[in-house]
Amino acid sequence: MTREDVIDFLYAEARMLDEGRFSDWLDLWTPEGHYWMPLDWGQTDPIHQTSLLYEDQFMLRLRVERLNGARTFSQKPKSRCHHVLSRPFIDAYDPGGVTRTVTPMHYVETRLDEQFLLAITARHDLVVQDGALKIAGKRVDIVNCDAAFGNIQLLP
Amino acid sequence: MGYAETRAAMQALVTPTEAHRDLYISPDIYRLEMKHLFANTWVFVGHDSQVPKPGDYYTTQVGDQPVILVRHSDGEVRVLYNRCPHKGTKVVIDRAGNTGKFFRCPYHAWSFKTDGCLLAIPLKKGYENTGFEGSEAAKGMRSVGDVRNYRGFVFARLAPEGIGFDEYFGGSLSSFDNMVDRAPEGRLEVAGAPLRYLHKCNWKMLLENQTDTCHPMVAHESSAGTAVKIWEAMPKSPDTPKPMAMEIIAPFMSPYEFFENMGIRTWPNGHGHTGVHHSIHSDYSAVPGYWEQMVAAHGAEKAQAVLGENRHNTCYFPNLMIKGPIQLLRNFIPLAADRTLVETWIYRLVGAPDMLVARTAMYNRLINAPTSMVGHDDLEMYERAQEGLAASPNDWVNVQRLYDPGEDLGAEAVENGTTERQMRNQFAAWVKFMTASMPEAAA
Repeated sequence: MTREDVIDFLYAEARMLDEGRFSDWLDLWTPEGHYWMPLDWGQTDPIHQTSLLYEDQFMLRLRVERLNGARTFSQKPKSRCHHVLSRPFIDAYDPGGVTRTVTPMHYVETRLDEQFLLAITARHDLVVQDGALKIAGKRVDIVNCDAAFGNIQLLP
Repeated sequence: MGYAETRAAMQALVTPTEAHRDLYISPDIYRLEMKHLFANTWVFVGHDSQVPKPGDYYTTQVGDQPVILVRHSDGEVRVLYNRCPHKGTKVVIDRAGNTGKFFRCPYHAWSFKTDGCLLAIPLKKGYENTGFEGSEAAKGMRSVGDVRNYRGFVFARLAPEGIGFDEYFGGSLSSFDNMVDRAPEGRLEVAGAPLRYLHKCNWKMLLENQTDTCHPMVAHESSAGTAVKIWEAMPKSPDTPKPMAMEIIAPFMSPYEFFENMGIRTWPNGHGHTGVHHSIHSDYSAVPGYWEQMVAAHGAEKAQAVLGENRHNTCYFPNLMIKGPIQLLRNFIPLAADRTLVETWIYRLVGAPDMLVARTAMYNRLINAPTSMVGHDDLEMYERAQEGLAASPNDWVNVQRLYDPGEDLGAEAVENGTTERQMRNQFAAWVKFMTASMPEAAA
């Protein structure tokens, strides 16, 4: 694994989400990986306070299967999303342990006539399992996390 | 259309089993609701643990009125309009903080005690011999009509005169009692920031949905139904513990019979709750150590009575819902006829194990967040209704299920859990408090 592999991985992940390949995206995770989207700026506790998301693999799988469900009325028609990434910072590079990255990005989600933009910072903990990079944890901070939002139906 | 500000005009909009669509879509009706309904009723402001020390404040709104919840130097909470009496500037801008011994307007430095009294004006001699003492400005920051702190939950009535707190809520306060009694130390504390979820629909749709027991198995099939399917297909042994997330989400797929048998209770003035006999919160796993704490605090008999009550959603007219068994509160803040801000707060049971607030936080993000699948299911229905109500051939929203022509909404009652009686109860209260300060007909 090289530093370039790490950066390619992060771009490939965003591309999967933009192309709606959510089942492939689930395969990027370790079994214990959690996706965290804090509600409060600088939040440190995902357990005893409300977050926007703090999901294990069961919940992420549920989310993906729901998006494809026949009676998922809020996805008729389906939402689409679009990520624009800045070059990721590799804050810690450890091919034998945890590699930590910080990726500023703009996230756009749309459905029907509505479209919104979120400015976010994604923090990944990446590990190598069975010769492939995997997401052991992902934290997504929205710059206006304390604002009132309508539906955010897909995953930044 | 423009409505006359009269009892007759408002009464014509509600029948015993229907509500006119203008209650949801008319900006004129919305304006009258802000002026009358949200002034004459007792509206939730905040929890007193948000302002624990003198000078602590929290800003919010009651109807469309900007207000400050503040802890005064005497230790009591006050609710003041957030408006400088001089030029109208909001005296406090941030959502929460501590102002010390007084408020100071950032525009011209007029200052006020934390009960609103005018304290000082720079260069005050400029007002000498101007008759300033008799002006509105000299009265300082104005207080709302009345305030009540009920076991930590602060309510305000904007109108100076009107129904008292105890008469207004009556027996419905038992749901707050149950929620607070679940704390071994007898009090709650707010836990973290609230979810803030913007809904492009009328505030009453949210209120109605809280006791709508015929929608979960339909609207939430996509989320709860899929969860049940995934769990059933997962390889596991008979003693594999059900994940906490499954305990929370699976009951949304309960059959009609479950909801019929849970029962609905209504109280006068538009209040009511689902889950009289059981609810979706009844079968959560026990939390180690909690029962022993409750017995130590209350004795076994009262502890059993408190924890045996598992009310589902208790609605406090006009715009509040609480879930006593999990210490969660939703405030449906009206912004326009077709816009509502839903704030959801969670509370820690002081003295109880952390696992309880962890479960509540999980419930909140799974069910009430802008990122929540269950939330997406519901909001889709509200927004479709808001748009569909534009269709003009039918002016009426129907709430007739299990209606009895002899129905007496002035009496407390317990009925089949799929009745729409609580919705009818809310519309009766809507007429009562909308018109309490209106003349019968135009002069």
